[in-house]
Amino acid sequence: MRRDIFQAIADPTRRAIITLIALQAMTPNAIAENFHTTRQSISKHLRILTECELVKQEQQGREIYYSLEIKKMKEIDKWLEQFRKIWETRFNQLDQVLSTIKKQKK
Amino acid sequence: MNNSLLFDFTVDKAKKTVFINREFDAELSLVWDAFTKAELLDQWVAPKPWSSKTKYMDFKVGGKRFYAMVSPEGEERWAIQEYTSITPKTNFKMYNVFADKDENPELPGSEWDHTFSEQNGTTKVSITIYNESLERLERILDGFTQGMKMSLSNLENLLATLSKK
Repeated sequence: MRRDIFQAIADPTRRAIITLIALQAMTPNAIAENFHTTRQSISKHLRILTECELVKQEQQGREIYYSLEIKKMKEIDKWLEQFRKIWETRFNQLDQVLSTIKKQKK
Repeated sequence: MNNSLLFDFTVDKAKKTVFINREFDAELSLVWDAFTKAELLDQWVAPKPWSSKTKYMDFKVGGKRFYAMVSPEGEERWAIQEYTSITPKTNFKMYNVFADKDENPELPGSEWDHTFSEQNGTTKVSITIYNESLERLERILDGFTQGMKMSLSNLENLLATLSKK
């Protein structure tokens, strides 16, 4: 099943994880210390974020560090920007329709 | 075009909701008509080069609009809007779902809320769109951007042909 990237960031804990690791790469244990939840639950969230390619893992010695995939986050913004453009086009078209009708009425 | 007209577009990804505000240089009743009458809607809702085609529209609570977005190649993408609440010239709400050409809906859909207000001859429209799945938005976008890319490459080809002459 393909992961829904927006579903991934719809969860408050996952958003908090993203905010944390945006500042620096962290181990799962270090991340878990910031939450009142089990280490297993944090692992589950990290797995979902990894599957969505929002975070990347890096092995350093014995530890695995998680960091944010900035490029992927930017992709979301780019995607939304396109959606905004559609509305912009649409409304510019409406401006023209309105101005044509106004002229006809005069 | 009056450039001081407001346009903002924000997305609350967590709430899966899109918020849009736009002002129009026209009186409220005209803008209301542009959003609620098929013959006017079809003139602007499809971002060019797409076009909009309304098969039928019955603007009343419980009524529907069955329409298609038509690609430059003639491909039709059907959808149904069902009006769930109407306060004339103030607000209307609807539920939008994709459908096949035989009007069979494909759930889930999105909930739309439109609010209209006028001040000094300028009409402001506020739209909120709640999507049960934001992937749905992706589908809308894919279609349009493909269409736009297509027409851009057509243009490129045309320009290339012309410049050879």
